[in-house]
Amino acid sequence: MRDFQFHRPSTVADALRILRQASQGKLLGGGQSFLPVLKLDMAEPSDLISVSGIPELRGIRSDGQQVTIGAATSHAEVARSAEVRAKIAGLARLADGIGDPQVRNRGTIGGSLAHADPAADYPAAILGLSATVKTDRRSIAADSFFTGLFETALEPDEIITSVSFTVPQRSAYAKFASHASRYAVVGVMVAQYAGGVRVGITGAGPSAFRWKQAEDALSIRFSADAITAGMTYPSDDLTSTPEASAEYRAHLIPVMTRRAVQAALAG
Amino acid sequence: MIRVTLKVNKRPVSIEVEPRTLLVELLRDKLQLTGTHVGCDTSHCGACVVHVDGRSVKSCTMLAVEADGATVTTIEGLAQGGKLHPMQDAFHQHHALQCGFCTPGMIMSAVELVETRPTADEHETREWLEGNFCRCTGYHNIVKAILSCRDAMKEKSA
Repeated sequence: MRDFQFHRPSTVADALRILRQASQGKLLGGGQSFLPVLKLDMAEPSDLISVSGIPELRGIRSDGQQVTIGAATSHAEVARSAEVRAKIAGLARLADGIGDPQVRNRGTIGGSLAHADPAADYPAAILGLSATVKTDRRSIAADSFFTGLFETALEPDEIITSVSFTVPQRSAYAKFASHASRYAVVGVMVAQYAGGVRVGITGAGPSAFRWKQAEDALSIRFSADAITAGMTYPSDDLTSTPEASAEYRAHLIPVMTRRAVQAALAG
Repeated sequence: MIRVTLKVNKRPVSIEVEPRTLLVELLRDKLQLTGTHVGCDTSHCGACVVHVDGRSVKSCTMLAVEADGATVTTIEGLAQGGKLHPMQDAFHQHHALQCGFCTPGMIMSAVELVETRPTADEHETREWLEGNFCRCTGYHNIVKAILSCRDAMKEKSA
């Protein structure tokens, strides 16, 4: 690992100032994705700016139909939050299944979203749960947050401050996890709202997406068998790896969607 | 170089490190606490698990500078007054090790489990060990030891 300057600002304003002054600045959340990248010399920042200790980025607030999670909140904190468990059970369970307990103790929601790993779990959650990503300067709707493989709508000097999820009537996440890494081969977040159902899918393609055909069917009838045998997702744009071909991932999409619906109905 | 000030096994430590120094490198190379092992160095295997502010973390995937101000406990800090921690004792009683390489990380993970989820059953215990690999595949006795420690701690608090 190449050396770098390390900073631990205590406000978002200071973090932004340091980031802008650095020749190759990089924000660090819990580091569970980025430190492995650094070890491989796949990134060589001049300055690493740790944001996990910034008080304004921490904590979970609930306000009517929104649950807002500070960007530096760990997966373990989301998983054990009484508020999240009561209002969005599917989100708490998703957070409790990320990586392993040690990753969940360090990794943060803001870090995970900014990193935009195509097989991370949170991307399915922000799409399925109609979330808004709040930054130091604007709000970005989940639907326009991911722009490609490891790419997001964030500007190079923009900091995620929190993520606001819309409380559904029911939700559940079903993940077919890689046996080696526990990342999602395919992960599906299903959320039922008064106005319709949302289905967010991660792991399957270069970035997370919604499955509209399933949303339409489930909005008419919220039942696993609403995803009929004839409903398939085209494999053309899906990811193929030695572990799972695009066809296999396409097969898993309706399978995991049905499982998520069953889990949501079971409560 | 950056100065980091932290507590390791109840002992105050203040030391200069390069920013790129990993927490496990600080523990093993600077403080000679070699009970914490490095297995994969890619945050998968869990041989390097220590506690930071009471929570288990992979010390190969945390910078030493991130531990500034923190309280760190390693396997060397578990025994008190020459008496093994109940989890260490349970691993001994149930022969919960074969080669022993994963043992320090296993024990540190297991201690967080029984402290934070004292009602964890066998299934939850096995799930909790997701991030700790025993390459000898000796999970059976490891799980037995953890459950026995859980029961012993329950009796003690009852």
